Amino acid sequence: MSGRLESPDIELRDVSVGYGDRVVLRGINTTLPGGRISVILGGSGCGKSTLLRNIIGLVPIQNGRIALGGRDMARLNPAERLQLRRRMGVLFQDGALLGSLRLGENIALPLREHTELTDSLIEEVVRMKLRLVGLADFMNYFPSELSGGMRKRAGLARAMALDPAVLLCDEPTSGLDPITAADMDQLILELKATFNMTIVVVTHDLESLTAIADHVVVLNQGNMLFEGPLAALGACDDPFIVRFLKRQPSRESRILEENGLRMTGRRCESLPVHGDA
Amino acid sequence: MAKTENGPDTFIWLVSSLAACARTALNPLHRAKPYLRSRTWSHLSWIGSDSLPIISIIASCVGVILALQAALQLEKVGALSYVANLVGFSIVTELGPLLTCLILSGRAGAAFAAEIATMRISEEIDALEVMGINPVRFLVWPKFVAMVVMAPLLTLWCDGVGMTAGGIFSSLALGLSGKVYFEQTVNFLTMRDLLSGLVKSAGFGAAITLISCWQGFLAREGAADVGRRTTKAVVQSIFFMILLDLFFTALNYIFR
Repeated sequence: MSGRLESPDIELRDVSVGYGDRVVLRGINTTLPGGRISVILGGSGCGKSTLLRNIIGLVPIQNGRIALGGRDMARLNPAERLQLRRRMGVLFQDGALLGSLRLGENIALPLREHTELTDSLIEEVVRMKLRLVGLADFMNYFPSELSGGMRKRAGLARAMALDPAVLLCDEPTSGLDPITAADMDQLILELKATFNMTIVVVTHDLESLTAIADHVVVLNQGNMLFEGPLAALGACDDPFIVRFLKRQPSRESRILEENGLRMTGRRCESLPVHGDA
Repeated sequence: MAKTENGPDTFIWLVSSLAACARTALNPLHRAKPYLRSRTWSHLSWIGSDSLPIISIIASCVGVILALQAALQLEKVGALSYVANLVGFSIVTELGPLLTCLILSGRAGAAFAAEIATMRISEEIDALEVMGINPVRFLVWPKFVAMVVMAPLLTLWCDGVGMTAGGIFSSLALGLSGKVYFEQTVNFLTMRDLLSGLVKSAGFGAAITLISCWQGFLAREGAADVGRRTTKAVVQSIFFMILLDLFFTALNYIFR
C-alpha cells in the first residue's frame, strides 16, 4: 500500500461474526463514510464493540468483507496490514495505556516504533499531542495517577500520535461525568474539524449521539436495524429504536424532576412552572 | 472464510514469534530500537540484582545442610574430607541450577505471567497490536534474553555461595581445614560439571519465560484469571524444569 489514505470510507459487506455456536453479528451491510463521524449505537451486548474490533482487525470475521478505502483487509499481506494499522488510531474503552510507562512514554511508543525521529523531536510531538487533549502538564505521570477521563484523553492523544486517517473510539464517554463526557464529545468534534478524519464511535450514550454523529448505525442482538444520517434516525419506526430513543427516564432524571429540574442535552435547567408564559 | 486476525494465542505462535525475534537480533545488519534495549537492561537488572539476596541466603543454607548430611554418612567410613566433593558436585551439577531457577520461577516467572495477564485483560496487548507493535517482541523478547543471560550467572553465584558456606561450616564445625576443602573441591570438579549446570540453568530460564508469558497471554476473564494464570505459570514452570533436568542429566550420562 502506498500513499496516504485521506479519510477513507469503511465498507462492511455481509459481515457475520460468532464465537463457536454463538452468533454475535449477522449480515452487517453498511458504509461508514470518510471524513464523517459514524456512531455505532446499541444496547449492552448487541455486538457493537465486536464490530469495532472487526474493523480494527483484532477479531476475525466469519463471513463477509471489510474494506478500508476500497482495500479488503483480509487480502492484505502482513506488511500492508502493518502499514494500514499505522493509519488507524484506536481509543480503547479505558484508554489501555501501558501501566508501566509514563504518559509521555506511552504516546512516544508508536513514534519510536514506526519513525526515525530523534528523541528531542519525539518529545516535541508528544508535547503537541498532549496539548491537543489538554494534558500537557501530565507528561511524567503514570496512568494510575490520572482520573478515568484523563486516561481516556491520554488514550486519544496516543491514538493521534501517528496522525491517523481513521480514528476508532470504543465508548469514549462511558463512565465519565456529564461535563467530562461533553468535553470528550467536543474534543472528537474538534479532531474531525481539524484533521478531516474518518471517525467511528461506538456508544450507547444518546447525548453523545446527538452531539457528534453525522452517520448512525443501530445494532440490536447482532442485527443492523438502521443505518443513515442522524436526521433520519428520529423518523425510524422500528420498535427497538423507538424504545431506545424514547427510553424511560433514568433514576437520575426522576430525582431531578422531583426537585423541579430537568436535563437538556448535558445541561441541567429548571422545569417550567405551571402558569409560566 | 475471511480472516482479519493476526495470530492465535498458541504456544507455537509464541515460540515462532520468539524465533523470529532471535533471527532478527542475530542479523548483523539489524540494530535494535533503543527503547527495546533499555527494556532488556531493566529486566536484566531486576532479575539479577534483586534476586541476589534471596539466592545467597538459600544457597548458604543448602551448602550447610549438604555438608551436615554428607558428614553424617562419611564420618562412619572415615572419609570426612570427601564432604567437599559431595557438596561441590551436588551444588554445581544439580542443586545450584535447580534452586536458582525455582527462585526465578517464583519471583520473575510469576511476575511475567501476572504482568502479561493484566495487560491482556486491560486491552494493553490489543493496544500494542493496533499500534503495529509485536507484543512478543515488546514484552517477551526482553524477558527471554534477560532470563537466559541471568539464570546461568545467578547459578554461578549460587554455586559459589553454597560451596563457600559448606566450606566455612566444615572448617568450623567438622574441623576440616579450609585449604583441604578448597583443594578437594577444585581437584574433584571438572569444567564439564560446571558447564552442564550452567547450560541447564539457561534452559530452565528459557522454559520459565516461555511458560509464564504464554500463561499470561491466555488470560481472558478478569482479575481472578490473573491469579489462576500466575499459579499455573509457576506450577508448570517447576514441572517442566524437572522434566528438562531429567533430559539434561540423561544426556550428560549418555555422552559422559
